[in-house]
Amino acid sequence: MRIAVNFDLCKSNGVCMASAPEVFEVRDDGYLYLLQEEPGEEQREAVEEAARLCPTRAITIEGQSL
Amino acid sequence: MSNTRHNNRGPIAVVEKICVIGASLAGLRSAEALRREGFVGALTIIGAEEHLPYDRPPLSKEFLSGEFGEDRLPLRSAPYEELGVELLLGTRARSLDIGSKRITLSSGQMVDYDGLVIATGATPRMLPIANGLPGVMTLRTIDDAVRLKAALDARKRLCVIGAGFIGSEVAATARGLGLNVTVLEAAEQPMLRGVGLLIGETLAKLHRDNGVDLRTGVTIESIEQIGEVVRVNLADDESVECDLLLLAVGAAPATEWLEGSGLTLDDGVVCDSTLLAAPGIVCAGDVARWPNTLFGGESMRVEHWTNAVEQGMHAAKRLLVADSEASEFSTVPFVWSDQYGIKIQAAGRFSGEDRMELVHGSLDEPHFVAIFERKGKVSGVIGFSEPRRVMQYRRLIAAGTAFDEAVAASS
Repeated sequence: MRIAVNFDLCKSNGVCMASAPEVFEVRDDGYLYLLQEEPGEEQREAVEEAARLCPTRAITIEGQSL
Repeated sequence: MSNTRHNNRGPIAVVEKICVIGASLAGLRSAEALRREGFVGALTIIGAEEHLPYDRPPLSKEFLSGEFGEDRLPLRSAPYEELGVELLLGTRARSLDIGSKRITLSSGQMVDYDGLVIATGATPRMLPIANGLPGVMTLRTIDDAVRLKAALDARKRLCVIGAGFIGSEVAATARGLGLNVTVLEAAEQPMLRGVGLLIGETLAKLHRDNGVDLRTGVTIESIEQIGEVVRVNLADDESVECDLLLLAVGAAPATEWLEGSGLTLDDGVVCDSTLLAAPGIVCAGDVARWPNTLFGGESMRVEHWTNAVEQGMHAAKRLLVADSEASEFSTVPFVWSDQYGIKIQAAGRFSGEDRMELVHGSLDEPHFVAIFERKGKVSGVIGFSEPRRVMQYRRLIAAGTAFDEAVAASS
């Protein structure tokens, strides 16, 4: 699974970090860091939740419409 | 092909036609979840507005300021054909007959269902003393936002009644556009009941530092339209004149159409802990009242964006499973607001009456995190420009962490 974050849309609400903390991290500088661009399938459910709950719809999973 | 669910006693529920009432965030996300969950029957979404589902949070911020255009608002980027849904827009549900499973629309059309998602949202509260005045507006829909934006571009003085989320965000946006802004609030501080005196003071200072004439503890006696000018008369002979008055005094769940339907209404549609309001009927979003088991079964109605998505998805799944397989909907409510370049975020449950502890930063910066206690546990968190820590505390709230332990975790 390949993830992309549109950093022009991201407003660092950090909701993704609550859903998938091993993949997304908002740091003290206020920016989102993508910890893994290609997480394993065991992360799929968490990443899909993160993408659906992103208030700015900045997260996409390649080849998948949510 | 029908959706038949089985348990060890055989098929127990058949859902062939689902109707979603409400074409905004909760309704759309629930329709999408129904398809993901494998529902292949007929699916209809009914929306009161003419527009395809769009995102509301930017209406008081980026859309109002002109940073975004309308092209950034649609809630769905994939084609609606892929969803296989019949969209009936510009018509509202007028009544529900549970016995015959039939909805009557404002157009007179009747729609039959065997599964129903109620996601009709909420409508802005009005003040009777402001009824019918041309210079008075509310903000909920994109049409409201287009009107408000045109008015802000043409006028110089905005007065906002209510210093909650919408009122505060519009005030901040209008200041950014260079308008003179007065905010009138009945309580002693903005959002006093919600956040308590200390953080209320911080919010008040934020407005005033940014040039807003914030008047708290006011009583409004009357509102007059004098030509192009709106005058708000306050107790003690004060008054505020403006070119445009925004009422931002909260919203009421849109349940009028359900009166007499047999569903239980009590500041929202009353659901069980799985979001079921009656057999074959689920609710999601601003309109849903349900007992949240994460907070001891406290009856809640939550008007936040994240909740609409989570409930929309949960309600869809609930509709497709037997009672015995249904799971409870429990969540730590989360809300954010952007004002004057500061990201305000809150999660969980708290009020001004709960014990509060500042665990990071300082109220003066303003860059801080505060947590709240109920029954020995950490029940809520609010942060200013601290998204990482707010989310960490949100997890502690979900885990039922003791308050003292949460305080200790901060050091």
